[in-house]
Amino acid sequence: MAYSDKVIDHYTNPKNVGTLDKAKTNVGTGLVGAPECGDVMRLQIEVDEASGLISDAKFKTFGCGSAIASSSLATEWLKGKTVDQALAIDNMDIVEELNLPPVKIHCSVLAEDAIKAAINDYRVKNGLAALTETAAH
Amino acid sequence: MELKLPIYLDNNATTPMDPRVLEAMLPYFVEKFGNAASRNHSFGWVAEEAVDYAREQVAKLIGADAKEIIFTSGATEANNLALKGVFEMYASKGNHIITCTTEHKAVLDACKHIEKMGGQVTYLEVKHDGLIDLEELEKAITDKTILISIMYGNNEIGVIQPIREISAIARKHGVLFFTDGTQAVGKVPVDVLADGIDLMAFSGHKMYGPKGVGALYVRRKNPRVKVTAQMDGGGHERGMRSGTLNVPGIVGLGKACELCMNEMEEEAKRLSTMRDRLENALMQVEEAYVNGNREHRLPHTTNISFKYVEGEGLMMGFNKNIALSSGSACTSASLEPSYVLKALGLGDDLAHSSLRFGLGRFTTDEQIDFTIEAITSSVLKLREMSPLWEMYKEGVDIDAIEWAHH
Repeated sequence: MAYSDKVIDHYTNPKNVGTLDKAKTNVGTGLVGAPECGDVMRLQIEVDEASGLISDAKFKTFGCGSAIASSSLATEWLKGKTVDQALAIDNMDIVEELNLPPVKIHCSVLAEDAIKAAINDYRVKNGLAALTETAAH
Repeated sequence: MELKLPIYLDNNATTPMDPRVLEAMLPYFVEKFGNAASRNHSFGWVAEEAVDYAREQVAKLIGADAKEIIFTSGATEANNLALKGVFEMYASKGNHIITCTTEHKAVLDACKHIEKMGGQVTYLEVKHDGLIDLEELEKAITDKTILISIMYGNNEIGVIQPIREISAIARKHGVLFFTDGTQAVGKVPVDVLADGIDLMAFSGHKMYGPKGVGALYVRRKNPRVKVTAQMDGGGHERGMRSGTLNVPGIVGLGKACELCMNEMEEEAKRLSTMRDRLENALMQVEEAYVNGNREHRLPHTTNISFKYVEGEGLMMGFNKNIALSSGSACTSASLEPSYVLKALGLGDDLAHSSLRFGLGRFTTDEQIDFTIEAITSSVLKLREMSPLWEMYKEGVDIDAIEWAHH
């Protein structure tokens, strides 16, 4: 199976690989997937409390090229968005942007789950209600 | 000499054809195109002569008699013919077949089919090193058992089963022994007499011959074995496999066998030296594990798991330059990792992290140097990106985490 140029680009030059301090209250961490399934994504957001904007986003992913590219793209999209705007990111946007084939759609779903899990973690840390099950898949 | 890319290290999937094989085949397409079954004219005689010669070449490689070679379209057909053909032919004796969980799909799925036809199949588990337990094998034999089907060398991990011990058990209980020799024939010495093999399948394209041709060895003496044909027609191949003979393919298979016969010993030494060098260098990478028995193994194969990185993601780092295969599931629609690695008792995480290296006749030392470098740097790069690697380094017990399965 051939990868799209965009997947190859994110794989070769992944954006925002790294780790944020998960102990900080303005950092939300989402860890989704499972080693047995061949995909684990950890996605983190740091929210600037004054502006309410996501000032930084980092990821680390165990998975195939499409999973790495999906999470790399997600961190790019997250930066500069409000938390609510971030919640609106849909996995099909990722599929479209990266030209993911049908067998790789689960990679985009995982990225969306990771975004929601990170936001959820941030909300709970800051005394907000956790997202409902449906919103978090 | 300048290194030419990409490098092919997937010789367990298929081998490039040896140019000497192609040369032997060429006259049999346009010039000597006859049907080997045409008995009344020279076109047929020429073709028949070529087939007879190839049959000798094939038989010689495995220590068989030429009359014991049944040409097929490949190993899948030969596997099917052996299993289903024995099941039908020996129905009055019993309906039980013993095989193991790490067999090729051609064997496993043929067995599934036999179960649907009223047969009983025992699938032996393998030990952690990929070898079967001989005691388990003997215990599985019943008075209904007609066939033991255990592969010679495994396609994914390269382990070689204890063939002579298996055949001795089969013989002791009056059970036939069939082996899928696809990966082993032409790579290691296989002798149907000394090994006690009653039936054996193998294929041209795994030993530098053409695709679309293979053979089934069917013993004629002590005991005389017969299989029920699975294809009806002109009664070719002693009635066991109808269909006009693929003369150029058969000529190619014959030539490929002859070359293996002459060059196997030296080639196996050269390949195992290179394989060991590759393996030892890659084992310098932290948390790398060789899958399967390292002693009883095909000389050209190694299967290595690099923990905390995913196989397909890993391959993407070098697959522009190196062709090999992974036990990762990400390429398959089922999302299930290699059933062979799982049968060894490997966790899914290690199965997902595996790479299979299949060296071959045309592999060079320069290619191995390049491969060591490329794989090592890809593993290191991906580990920098891997949350599991970070957790491992921080001493987090990854198995203790409750992962959300989906």
